[in-house]
Order: sequence, then structure tokens, then C-alpha cells
Amino acid sequence: MAGLTYRDDLPLGEKRPGKLSHWVTDWGGMVVDGVSTVGDITIFAYRMFVWMFTRRPAKGTLLTNFYHVGVLSLPVVALTGTFIGMVLAVQSHRQFAMIGMENRLGAVINSSLVRELGPVLAATMLAGRVGSAIAAVIGTMRVTEQIEALTTMGADPIHYLVVPRFLACLLLIPALTIMADFMGIVGGYFYSVIVLGIDHAAYLQNSADFVTGYDLFSGILKSFFFGAIIAIVSCYRGFNCQAGAEGVGQAATAAFVMSFVLILGVDLVLNILLDAFYYAVWAPETSL
Amino acid sequence: MTPDKAEEFDFQSVPLDPDTLDDVAKADCPIVDVRGVTVRFESQTILKEIDLQIQRGQTLAIIGESGCGKTVLMKTIVGLIPPSEGTVIFDGRDLGRISQQEMTRTRRRFGFVFQNAALFDSMNIFDNVAFPILQHEKASDSEIEGRVMEKLSEVGLPPEAAMKFPAEISGGMRKRVGLARALILQPELVVYDEPTTGLDPIMSDVINELILATRRNYPVTSVVVTHDMRTARKVANRVVMLYPRRRLQADQSQMLFDGSPSDLDHADDRRVRQFVRGEAGERINELIRETAAISQSNAGT
Repeated sequence: MAGLTYRDDLPLGEKRPGKLSHWVTDWGGMVVDGVSTVGDITIFAYRMFVWMFTRRPAKGTLLTNFYHVGVLSLPVVALTGTFIGMVLAVQSHRQFAMIGMENRLGAVINSSLVRELGPVLAATMLAGRVGSAIAAVIGTMRVTEQIEALTTMGADPIHYLVVPRFLACLLLIPALTIMADFMGIVGGYFYSVIVLGIDHAAYLQNSADFVTGYDLFSGILKSFFFGAIIAIVSCYRGFNCQAGAEGVGQAATAAFVMSFVLILGVDLVLNILLDAFYYAVWAPETSL
Repeated sequence: MTPDKAEEFDFQSVPLDPDTLDDVAKADCPIVDVRGVTVRFESQTILKEIDLQIQRGQTLAIIGESGCGKTVLMKTIVGLIPPSEGTVIFDGRDLGRISQQEMTRTRRRFGFVFQNAALFDSMNIFDNVAFPILQHEKASDSEIEGRVMEKLSEVGLPPEAAMKFPAEISGGMRKRVGLARALILQPELVVYDEPTTGLDPIMSDVINELILATRRNYPVTSVVVTHDMRTARKVANRVVMLYPRRRLQADQSQMLFDGSPSDLDHADDRRVRQFVRGEAGERINELIRETAAISQSNAGT
């Protein structure tokens, strides 16, 4: 931790700190920094929510951010979805063929896609494309005093910069996830039926039998959380950017890494909760 | 009323309007009153117990070497940096005690010209200059256009420049756009952060002339942070010199000079005269000693 150092000019008779003390100090410092960051992000998110419900963002700013987050991400998300579907088909086909169940390929591809891989990989891709860009833009604005300029002109930077980006990520990342799911289904179908020659009707029937509305719902619900995480973490990192080009680069990298880790963590928690909810409500009627 | 009649007029008989009384009182008190301001960043003290009053209509230049806290003081004056101790009073109101909404309204009365202009990259020049109007006023498109083009013309920018983006114009043009943006709402207090840094001598003088023209055309109070002595002498009617806190004894004041620009050359303090003349003097040896002390301190940790 910055600020905790050891001096050699200790008074006579005083014991020099040992390796254990260094270790405790380093780890203690990391814990304090971690707790402090969580607190900072919470306060940052709280201020953002207060602004979101008290004053509507300008239409121009909102549309610009919707365009950057939504429209410009479409190609990369569609491509990601398509390849996930095709790779799933490649990976699963041999295993399923060994036990003579290749006709069931549609079930595993589409179920994995809509429940897990579509939302998580789309969010990961968007954390890289959208999150890093948000952190870099806001970080550059920080180091070039543009955020201070906003403040001096009576505009709250959180209202002006964060709220539109949050809304864009919150609303459009689920939409992009649906696009990734759809393209994944198309990619998986193409590779399974056209390339591997699996029966078209069996593929579709198995997909329809095993993929439920709840799978689709849980995948899309998770993507709302992922969108919120990407927006808040990236804006926070941009706002706390250090000076210079290196500072902006670090902010962009940290935004991606932190978003990615949080996406995986939140995904696990949400899966546990959604599964618990599903089995509590529908499990008695469910059978394979 | 003719001058003769004015002499005969009995001012005592006229009942004073409370608003007028308020105006008279306001005219007497400083527009900015900095009282015992200390600013610390973590363990580092940048400003310590600064007292400074700025009268209405005054153009104050804050000079001093890099790292002495000029910009921090200026940002504290406009409420961008909250003081660790002390108060900043703007037009009779303590900036530390007013609500967020009041602060936003108060900021309408400030104009801030940033060192590197701080123009919004994503907007063209027109939108940059129009931004404060859109934030604070409900004006029609034609009115906004008229005001923006007039302000751009005042700072010597052609109408074609309005549609360009900040990355497409020169440093001097960016500074002038920054000035136009700061003046668009006709603020009462304009602060300039290093307005001539990085400009050629001609463009520096253009900026100086624009600062003077602003003072002539509007009833504005100005604070100019600079280490360009030509700018300080030309635009200011009062100069304050700050000295880095870390190089002073605990009981020494950080403000080495407070007077008119013409008194700078005859200042009692040797450090002021050296700064004004741009003489390094013993500074290089001081820097070497400071570096050695830091290295020794680091080696001990």
C-alpha cells in the first residue's frame, strides 16, 4: 500500500520489522485498497442512480451513446455469436456421435448458447469493445481537463457522461445478447446440418424440446446485469484515470479486467439463484 | 439632470431602495474572499493559510514558479477543489456551505479558460461555445447561433471555423475558442489558467489583447494564472506571487508579493526580483540539494 514504508533510521533498541510484518502490511494494504475501491464504486453508482431518476439526459447525448454501444457493436457481436455456435457444434459432435446421439446436438448447442455462452461471451466481447472505449474516452477527458470544464460550466459530469452510457449499456447489451444468441443458433445449425449432415428435423425438434423459455429469460436477465457492470466499472475507471497516455491505457485495461472478473462472479451468483428459483417453482413437474 | 442641478439635489431626501442598498454593500465587499485556505493532497501541503481578497473589476495575476500552487489556488477559488481548511467566499456566499443546486447556479457566474482550452473533442467549435447556453438557458436556435457567431467574431475567429473540430484547429485558435466559451454567458469572474503558455509571441500578445478587451467591454473581474511576466505586466492591475510551500519554513508566508505590476522590479524579496527577471541564481544548487535529500530519504526506506 502506498504510504506504508519502513525506515532504516529507527531509534536504538527498536526492532526492525521482519518478513512477516512486510507480508501482513502488503496483504493488509491490498485488502484496504480493495475495500476502498468497492466503497468508491458504490458511491459512484449511487450518484449515477440519483441523477438517472432526477434529470433526464439530453436526447442528443443519449442517441450518440446508443449508436456507439449498439449499432457499432452489431457486427462484432454477430460474428462472435456465429462462431460460438459453430465451435460448439465442432466440439460436441464427436462426443455425441460416440454414443450415437448426434441428433441431439441441437439441444446442447442451443441450450448452452442461450443460457450461458451467448450472454457471457457477448458481455466479454462488449467489455473489451465498449467498456475499454468508455474508460479511454472518459479517461482522456479527465487528463485533458474536459471533465473539469464540464463542472465549471454547471454540468454534472456524472449526469452528462455516465447516465447516457449506463442507459446505453443497460438497454442495448441485452439486445446485443439476443443478436449473439440468434447468430449462434444460426451458426450451430449451419455447421451441424449443412457441414456435419445431421438430420434437419431431428436437430430442430431436439432444440425445441430442450431449450425452454426460462433458459432464454435467464440468459437475457443476466445480460442486464452484465450491461450495468460494464458501464459502471468502465465509467468509474475513466473518472479515476491517472495522468498521461499511460494512465489512459491503464484505465482502459483495468476497466476490461475488472468488468470481466465481475461478469464471471456475478454470472456464478445469478446462475445459483436462477437455478434455485427454477427448481423451487418448476422442478416437481420437470423430468428428462 | 445638469451638473449644477446635481449639486443642488438633496440625496438624503430620497428613500433608499433595499436592492440598491444591497448593491452598494456588494460593491464595497470583495467579489472573492479567500480566508485562511489550506489545500492538502494526501500528506502534501500545496497551499497553507492563504488570505486573498479580490475586488470587483480587478485583474489579478497570480505568478510563481511551477508547482507553487497557482492553479490549485485558482481552482479553489472557483470551487473545483474544496479547501482542506479555510473558506472561499464568492459574492458574500461561502462556497463550502451552499447546496449543489446553488453551486451550479453560481458557476454560471464564472468563466474558466483552461491551459489547453479543454474543448470537448466530440463537439465542433460551434457546439463547444454553445454548450454553456444550452446548460443554463432556454434560447431559440437562432438566438444561440447569433450569440455564438458574435462571440467567435469577438475573439477573431472566422465563421468557417465554427464547424471544425478541436483537433482540426491550431493551439492559438483553441485558446480563443476557450475564451469565447468562457465569455458566452457574460460571467462576473473570469479565470485564465496559463493563457499564453505554448503560444508564439504574436499569438500570446493577441490573447493578452483579448483579455484587455474583455475587461474594457464587460464589467468583469479577472484572475490570470501565469508565469509569463509579459502577460502579468500587460493585463494585470495587481500581482500576487506564490512560492512553493515545501521550500519555506513553517512560519513563512507563501505569498511573497502582493502589489502592482510596476512594484515588481523593486520588490524587497530577492526571490521575487529573481523570478521577475528570470534569473536562476542559487536555484540550480537548491534543486541539486533537494534531489540529494530525496534520494537519501528513499535509500532509507
